[in-house]
Amino acid sequence: MITIQLVFYLIGGLFAAWAVLSAFDRTNPKRFGNAAFWGLIALSLIAGHLLGDVANGFLVLALAALATFKLLGRGAPSTGDAERAAAGERFGNKLFLPILVVLVTAVAGTLLYLYTPLQETGLFEKNRETFILLCLGVLLALALIFAWLRPPLLAPIDEGRRLIDAVGWAAVLPLMLAALGLVLADTGVGKTIGSLLLTVIPEGTVLPAVIVFGVGMALLTILTGNAFAAFPVMATAIGVPLLIQGYGGDAAVVGAIGMLAGFCGTLLTPMAANFNLVPAALLELKDQNGVIKAQIGTAIPLLVVNILFIYFFAFR
Amino acid sequence: MNQYLPLLGIVVVVLGFALRFNPMLVVPAAALTTGLLAGFDLIEVIGKLGKAFNDARIIIIPWIVLPVIGLLERYGLQQRARAVIGGFKAATVGRLLILYLLYRQVISAIGLHSTAGHPQTVRPLVAPMALAAAERQAGMDEETGEKVKAYAAATDNVGLFFGEDIFFAIGSIVLIQQTLEAYDIILSPLELAVWAIPTAIAAFIIHGARLLMLDRSLRHPKGARP
Repeated sequence: MITIQLVFYLIGGLFAAWAVLSAFDRTNPKRFGNAAFWGLIALSLIAGHLLGDVANGFLVLALAALATFKLLGRGAPSTGDAERAAAGERFGNKLFLPILVVLVTAVAGTLLYLYTPLQETGLFEKNRETFILLCLGVLLALALIFAWLRPPLLAPIDEGRRLIDAVGWAAVLPLMLAALGLVLADTGVGKTIGSLLLTVIPEGTVLPAVIVFGVGMALLTILTGNAFAAFPVMATAIGVPLLIQGYGGDAAVVGAIGMLAGFCGTLLTPMAANFNLVPAALLELKDQNGVIKAQIGTAIPLLVVNILFIYFFAFR
Repeated sequence: MNQYLPLLGIVVVVLGFALRFNPMLVVPAAALTTGLLAGFDLIEVIGKLGKAFNDARIIIIPWIVLPVIGLLERYGLQQRARAVIGGFKAATVGRLLILYLLYRQVISAIGLHSTAGHPQTVRPLVAPMALAAAERQAGMDEETGEKVKAYAAATDNVGLFFGEDIFFAIGSIVLIQQTLEAYDIILSPLELAVWAIPTAIAAFIIHGARLLMLDRSLRHPKGARP
């Protein structure tokens, strides 16, 4: 069976190669910082399951220290814009083909595997099929590019490194936030906030309770960066005792749309780094919060809509 | 009042982000503050950090596409994506992103949410195409470029968040189901997933309308002569 650990070995190998190439990149004034940073991530991917919690914890602190003391830099790109535009003219729309190979392998592969008897072969680890097929698509695409364009052997790793260097430490910030989320959950911070919110609801009317539930989901998501952390807290504090058991609201509506109210909060918070800060780095935006600013106008009206949906659909 | 002390961790987060400290410093600092104030010892908190980090490694997987995308960019992919959109006279930023919003919602709703995303589709295809359309609509300056790229990333997020819950076998649906089950409220994943549909439609209408407004603002840029 192909397991997710095999995928981790593959990506760990990629990060290890980035670490080695970084160490030898004289165009990057901070090359050893990059080498250490990508090297530690490689270690986590390849051996994280063997290290134990405390060693992994020190690895996290080391990554944080490298980022905090600004020890990561960027090298000079290997080819210029004019050269790239000329190549684009020459190769034409066939350049899209390898990307399509990646996407089609992942999309069609997952569908084919999940909805045919192929699933019974147990070839892929359960619930991890798409990730495994995504990696397979990448390998197929690289084979295609090598057969067609014959790039230098290290070119895919070097060009990938150019992109991951542009992202920098933001590449692992989402994992840091996941770690913070767990600590917040373990220490009962969410419960405390939930019980504080409960005190502001006047008794006997449905709408204020629905509003506090919806706004509370969004607010707690903004603070923790994750609607998954907010949901159990808000369900326990308000959703179940007040909306479902107290006022007889439809549990499926309160649960499903309550979660979506939380997702509106995800659009508004730098804590959801994976969705909001990482793309800003990946697209080389000047303003780190540019993506969040573009989402405010969607998130707030949609939160209002979600609250109204709960009110009208759960209490029909 | 002891139960309120760990809330200081949240204060660290809010202040840290507000004062624009490096998030890689703010986040572990907040975790350590919260853990220590809640009465865990230092090594215990560091162990919790390590375990959660290790369990979340799956988030790193999409970076696997970078070698393919970097390599294709070396051979002119971004320029090519721009040239293709340049050939469609009817293509505008708004229409292009509405089309991508629909694609992202549909693909997420059928469980294929991790086949698209910022590294997989936005950086190589959506952002350069949107930039090319914007350039034809309004010419290109730094402010327009920033705005269009931000909207491209935002559209991916909106499409993902308000599509994925229609797929019944996704993590958030399982979480809702299990949380409610603790109170003897038994729901099937499908019963929950259908209630994601009204919000998905509302998200498409609201974000789609904003994308059309983006088109208008590009047609009549502030301070431009009539």
